[in-house]
Amino acid sequence: MNINRLLAMAGKEIIQIKRDARSIGIVIAMPLVMMLAFGYGVSFDTKHIPLYVYDMEGSRQSQDFLKRFQSSIYFRVVKSVTTYRELVQALDDGKCQMGIVVPADFSSRLSSGETVAIQALIDGTDSNSANLGMGYSQAIIQAYSQQVTTQWQQRQGHANVLPPISVDSRTWFNESLESMATIVPGVVALVMAVVGTFLTSLTIAREWERGTMEQLISTPVTPMEIMFGKLTPYMVVGLFDTCVCAAMGVWWFGVPFRGHVWVFFLSSILFLTVVLSMGYFFSVVAKTQLAASQISLIATFLPAFLLSGFIYPIDQMPAVIQVITHAVPARYYMAILRDVFLKGTPILLMWRDFAGLALFALLLAVVASRAFKKRLE
Amino acid sequence: MNGASSAVVVTDLVKRFGDFVAVDAISLEARKGEIFGFLGPNGAGKSTTIRMLCGLLRPTSGQAQVSGLDVATQPEQVRQNIGYMSQKFSLYNDLTVSENLNFFAGMYSVGRSDLTSRLDWAIDMAGLRGRENSFTGTLAAGWKQRLALGCAVLHRPQVLFLDEPTSGVDPLSRRKFWDMIHTMAAEGVTVFVTTHYMDEAEYCNRLVLIDRGKIVASGSPLELKQKYMAGDLLLVECDEIGTALELLQGAPGVDDAAIFGNALHLVVPKASAAIAAVTSYLSQHGITVQTIEPIRPSLEDVFVSLTTARTGAATEKPIP
Repeated sequence: MNINRLLAMAGKEIIQIKRDARSIGIVIAMPLVMMLAFGYGVSFDTKHIPLYVYDMEGSRQSQDFLKRFQSSIYFRVVKSVTTYRELVQALDDGKCQMGIVVPADFSSRLSSGETVAIQALIDGTDSNSANLGMGYSQAIIQAYSQQVTTQWQQRQGHANVLPPISVDSRTWFNESLESMATIVPGVVALVMAVVGTFLTSLTIAREWERGTMEQLISTPVTPMEIMFGKLTPYMVVGLFDTCVCAAMGVWWFGVPFRGHVWVFFLSSILFLTVVLSMGYFFSVVAKTQLAASQISLIATFLPAFLLSGFIYPIDQMPAVIQVITHAVPARYYMAILRDVFLKGTPILLMWRDFAGLALFALLLAVVASRAFKKRLE
Repeated sequence: MNGASSAVVVTDLVKRFGDFVAVDAISLEARKGEIFGFLGPNGAGKSTTIRMLCGLLRPTSGQAQVSGLDVATQPEQVRQNIGYMSQKFSLYNDLTVSENLNFFAGMYSVGRSDLTSRLDWAIDMAGLRGRENSFTGTLAAGWKQRLALGCAVLHRPQVLFLDEPTSGVDPLSRRKFWDMIHTMAAEGVTVFVTTHYMDEAEYCNRLVLIDRGKIVASGSPLELKQKYMAGDLLLVECDEIGTALELLQGAPGVDDAAIFGNALHLVVPKASAAIAAVTSYLSQHGITVQTIEPIRPSLEDVFVSLTTARTGAATEKPIP
């Protein structure tokens, strides 16, 4: 490799990046927009489930019970109705996702020590939210019934009897169980997969389209010098973007950063090597900017979105799909980033993910460097 | 062949694209310091040949050596020793004049000690002093052409390949361009140039005419004119030039007929005898001849007579 040619190549590429308004847009705007879109758009937390209540009794006790739902962050009591039909209608119209019906003998049965059945109607079209809603409502009812039991026992002259076993759980790494904390590191990986590939997908195709390639390959420059000369500036740009994304995660979305900065950079450099090489490869193969950028989007976005563990936990996937996810480099980067942000795991414990990432970096760099031929045919 | 004084030696070079034979067993030799012209109609195989010589296309068979280096097996060494200007302008339009020069100086690894003087030389030669910071895309065609030449010769190549270097350039710029070519040739650079401008062909030391992938003639411009124009050439100005052409193509005593501008050029065995015969033949068919006179053949006549003899389509005029 000749250092003069390498520097000349990289220098030219930097000038072109700076002058091309479109590439500035990709470098600056794309990560910001994608971070915001995914940071806010993708939320797995179900909060404020719209709820209709039908209190058939209307007593102080039944109202007291329903207040529990009102004060929960998981529910939003939209309306209190007076007929069963209204409630069913609201579920049909999608005005609420859940309905709670309190029977007319609510307080009388309670005071006589009998069991009351509360009816909960749930719209199951979104099974995930339905499950969560069911769980949250059960928790509220459980707590209430616990309180009623205690009060009843006290009235009967029993001592304050507590349940024999209770769970006192504490969540580590993501204390408030905010899905934002899991999503944001994933979004960083997703954004970098798309931006990184997109950046380099244009570089070779542009030279073919503008006719500058013929002159370039008539010089003694080697394919390796072309590749390194072109990718080095984009590596710097890519790292800048990664930092922008991470900074947004920490200061805008409030996600902690507990790992080492150098682990973050090492994994980012490896991942950028993967995606930049991939974009370069597409650019070599496609020969037109449009085709190359489209292939890049499809080839990186979908696997990084669906098969990396971003949306669906990998260990919940069918066995075959789990095997396939090993071929998605974003999977390793996403796992490392989640550790770096949330846990601060020592790098040695993440060696599998690092090994996977390094392997793909090497593989794709070799494939990309071999793909380019200094020939016109 | 003698390698010492030959800059380019081509032996039985063939290039096929699928079933299409673009270059069909061409052999030629360009000597050091020679301006070697490569003539032919569009699609004749000129660009394909020049691209093979620059190592941009792999020959299907045959051999080509440039500065003693084999283009198929040593393309990188070849590239260090040649300069190439492709048919289409192919510098970076979004880079300035000096950025383009610096880039290609880097690509050719022009040494630090030589760099400033070479860049200065190129800027002066291209007449771009004072425009170093202009974007290349904003330059007029003639300037672009000279800048492209400057970029291609920063590393002082021994052989320069120019593929239709002056197409789309105004006559004055073409003249300047050729002055630069002559200066370089005088310094020992071999210039291998394709063109379809016949006046440019006259500037070459040696010419090869190529048609449909085959060499149909070679020699100096003078040799070509003497050797390949058997017979005399007549210029005929008359009415209904199209009809006249059709009549004369089959006429007795006329070897060939073609349209040149507003007139016809006829190849005849003997001018003195043919003048009267042609005039009466045309008037028999109701066409009045305004002028008929013998002229000296130009390269264009040679070119047309050679390429049409092979295609048999005398009305087709391959030269714009």
